[in-house]
Amino acid sequence: MRMTISPALVVMLGALGTPLLRGRARGALLVSLPIAGLAVLWVLPEGVGSSFEVFGLVLTPVRVDALSRVFATGFLVAALLTAVYALHLQDSLQQAMVLVYAATAVGGALAGDLLTLFVFWELAGLSSVFLIWAGGTERSYRAGMRYLAVQVLSGLLMLAGIVLRVTAGEGLEFGYLGLDGPGGTLILCAIGLKCAFPVLHAWLPDTYPESTVVGAVALSAFTTKLAVYALARGYPGTEMLVWIGAIMTCFPIFYAVIENDLRRVLAYSMINQLGFMIVGVGIGGAFGINGAAAHAFADMVFKGLLFMSMGAVLMRTGTVKGSELGGLYKSMPQTAVLCMIGAASISAFPLFSGFASKSLIMEGVAQDHRMVIWLMLLFASAGVFHHAGIKIPYFAFFAHDRGHRVAEPPVSMRVAMALAALLCVTIGAVPSLLYGLLPYPVEYELFTTPHVINQLQLLLLASMAFTLLVRTGLYPPELRSVNVDFEVVYRRFLPSAWHAAARGLTRLRACVRTPVRRDAEKLWMAATRSLRPDGRVAVTWSTHLMIWWLVLVLGGVLLLALL
Amino acid sequence: MTGQLPVLQVLLPLLGAPLCALLRSRVAAWLLFLLAALGSFGCAVLLAQRVATAGTQRYSVGGWTAPVGIEFVIDDFNTPVLLLVSLIATVVAVFSRRSLAAEVAAKRVPLVYACLCLVLAGMLGIAVTGDAFNAFVFLEIMSLASYALIAMGRRRRALLAAFRYLVVGSVGAVFVLIGIGLAYAVTGTLNMADLAQRLGGLHGNRALYAAVVFVFIGLAVKMAVFPLHAWLPDAYAQAPSAVSVLLSATATKVAIYALLRFAFTVFSATLVFGVMPIGRIGALLAVLAMLIGSAVACFQTDLKYLLAWSSIAQIGYIVAGISLATTAGVSAAYLHVINHAVTKAALFAAAGLLVLRLGSTRLDDLAGFGRRMPWTFAAVVVAGLGLVGVPPTAGFVSKWALATALLERGQWPVLAAMLVGSLLALVYVGRIVEVGWFREPSLVTVMNRPPVSMVAAIWFLVLLSVYFGLDPTLPSSLADAAAAALLSDGGE
Repeated sequence: MRMTISPALVVMLGALGTPLLRGRARGALLVSLPIAGLAVLWVLPEGVGSSFEVFGLVLTPVRVDALSRVFATGFLVAALLTAVYALHLQDSLQQAMVLVYAATAVGGALAGDLLTLFVFWELAGLSSVFLIWAGGTERSYRAGMRYLAVQVLSGLLMLAGIVLRVTAGEGLEFGYLGLDGPGGTLILCAIGLKCAFPVLHAWLPDTYPESTVVGAVALSAFTTKLAVYALARGYPGTEMLVWIGAIMTCFPIFYAVIENDLRRVLAYSMINQLGFMIVGVGIGGAFGINGAAAHAFADMVFKGLLFMSMGAVLMRTGTVKGSELGGLYKSMPQTAVLCMIGAASISAFPLFSGFASKSLIMEGVAQDHRMVIWLMLLFASAGVFHHAGIKIPYFAFFAHDRGHRVAEPPVSMRVAMALAALLCVTIGAVPSLLYGLLPYPVEYELFTTPHVINQLQLLLLASMAFTLLVRTGLYPPELRSVNVDFEVVYRRFLPSAWHAAARGLTRLRACVRTPVRRDAEKLWMAATRSLRPDGRVAVTWSTHLMIWWLVLVLGGVLLLALL
Repeated sequence: MTGQLPVLQVLLPLLGAPLCALLRSRVAAWLLFLLAALGSFGCAVLLAQRVATAGTQRYSVGGWTAPVGIEFVIDDFNTPVLLLVSLIATVVAVFSRRSLAAEVAAKRVPLVYACLCLVLAGMLGIAVTGDAFNAFVFLEIMSLASYALIAMGRRRRALLAAFRYLVVGSVGAVFVLIGIGLAYAVTGTLNMADLAQRLGGLHGNRALYAAVVFVFIGLAVKMAVFPLHAWLPDAYAQAPSAVSVLLSATATKVAIYALLRFAFTVFSATLVFGVMPIGRIGALLAVLAMLIGSAVACFQTDLKYLLAWSSIAQIGYIVAGISLATTAGVSAAYLHVINHAVTKAALFAAAGLLVLRLGSTRLDDLAGFGRRMPWTFAAVVVAGLGLVGVPPTAGFVSKWALATALLERGQWPVLAAMLVGSLLALVYVGRIVEVGWFREPSLVTVMNRPPVSMVAAIWFLVLLSVYFGLDPTLPSSLADAAAAALLSDGGE
């Protein structure tokens, strides 16, 4: 047995020191922790670290292999970017929670058994809810409560699944889980909840946009990608996931196009990107898993970059509503350029990171000869370019000038965005850097002429469509509106049904209350009378009663024994 | 010298008793009891080490060898009991000096210590002896001394409680004696190992069945198994606090030990749980105890009575484990014996501190005590959570073990009763919290600083229970070894 230290533990314990420091020292700690985590991660040898036993169950908190390493690396890189982005904050709780949250994701990715995964799974929910609550408004408090409810529910489902697996004798090992038993199915439901499967997705666009400027960046990176990792580890090659993923790539597009809140647009585009990863996991095999891992890594960076740029806009103008923004390129040129790099990456422009990662998934689908899925993904690619690649930068920085004259965001935020953009471009230009990290060897030529031309055609036609729609006035205008998603089921229908039921009950109670209540009280008193201190059971028994019982029990047992 | 350890273990407190009574000095008596408890704890530790390294230790009292003379046997099964009893006695010794000074008239204190020494000697004697009749003798030493101790309570009601316990306890003891007598009539021997050997071929014998029933019912009285529990609430609640700490933690547990000893090593599990329906009867009584004990505890208006009824329920858990007659069940029961002893001792000790500082344990008088005595309140809450079985307390570990043991045998009704009992435990612990924290403090109380010795004793027990919850390796390895030792001969 070897002793191993976990990068998650390093970052988490270090983060607890954040509130103790001030100024530059705190900044230095924030930035150095993810770097230290990365160093520890890459020094760790492949294989299972020290394991120990609790209640007869073997726990292995650290297991390093190529799949967990690429995800953990992604999490730590995202943590580094977020930490830099958060440097300007005075709020040490938020800064510490960003790192703790990142550490739980790293811990989850390195978990070698289901119980450790569960612990980090719940901790991720518990630590990240503070990033929503940090908004400090009634709205963010309520959103945080809804978010927490979903996260805890997911954790409970997972725990139930784990218990079922353990009692079925399948052990705690976190390897291929599959859908054979009820345990595996429950765990898939838990993951599906965090991964925003269709119908289960509503919490994500509901709560992420309510988070703080920094919080949204952190939220975009960790929870859902940890869920993707869990899928890639536990359910590779599950047919159902291909279809779930494909649906996830398509349906958010419609919401994203009509949505006015640009951070909510990003939340929808996140579901869409998750869809690509889940398709990759569903296809399985070298291309599928590689693609899912690579796309998760790339997505953490470019989605983070987009959320960062929108965060900068929100911080300076106080809004991210498309209908209230526009013309910001004049006052925030640097942010505009960086945002466009992120937009180009998510749209998978050649030479940007999205192209390098998404192509692997598309190739996997093509090699599997799944025409329908391939077409759905193609439609989704055009859609994502439409709403994330064009809409976000267009409405925020160009479009109609609304007269905002604001400064660029603080240097630390710009540095974080620049670093993220640099990563996007580097991965896009030299994809072998990312491919080298992937679990399976990649034998894939990215920049072939037909492939590049194909992609450019897609993008150009999509942008032409956007231009045409905007020019002819057919594009859905950016209205101050609330769009109805599945969340209304629990935000509106269920509460109103509940209230209606409660009102009905109140009325009913008014009719029958008095007699029933009196009788119920009587019944309760009668049922508990003997248990009360002066009741027949609880009162001090007289000696002869005790002896009678003694004789009775003796006689009864003797009779039973001798018969 | 080390060869005499088994007898020294019992002899130290037994000799302490007359000295305490003769000296007539409070401090000297206290010191003697402390030394006797410490000495027997030391003996227990040394014996545990020797058993661990050299296996079972046998000691013939007075040099008379086994079947004829009295034999002391120390093995994996009784070392935990020796450790537990002597450790709790040591803690009680630390706790008792100030507590007894406040609750018992000064001239009676040396007599209390004399009786405490006798109780300790009796309990240790039951644990070490390998002779059935000798076990009865020690049982009587323990019982008689405890009747006297209960009678020393502050109120006149203590006398009545002691008298009732005396009558019922004596009848129970007579049953044990009748049972042992029947076994002697059948086999012609009183040595436990010898009995076990000779009983092997007699499984159709009616007298033997009667012997089993008499011994078990007699011990069930001492264990306070429902519905033979009625002496317990008054006895524990009316006794001086230090005495209720010792008795609640160890007296019933020693009776449980004796029951296990008779069931598994003397009469053999095949006879008791296979041929005779003792297992099913035990499970039924256990379910009743869990449900009724917890339910009554919910309605109590006095903290000590509440704790006493909770003890009756907790004994139900232990009996449920024993009635399974599997290694897992017995091990869980044994673990619960250890964990519950520590937890309940902590709670009764805290109640003793409340008596000292507030003059009462009635819940109405305790209103708001948590705000004035936050540390005592914290101790009560932590130990109370142990009763409920919330992780990471010791109670969780043993309840978990019991639940898995029940599941293994498919005993769903018992498991359901156990869960309901735990929920009810949440209710009565919740009531203490409600009274202690959320009610407005009453103004009549006069506060003085709590004695360090009592606070130290309480927190030692509380922390021990939390430690057993966080790192259950020590108690669970002891319990596993004990269960393995028990079921190795004649178990299923």
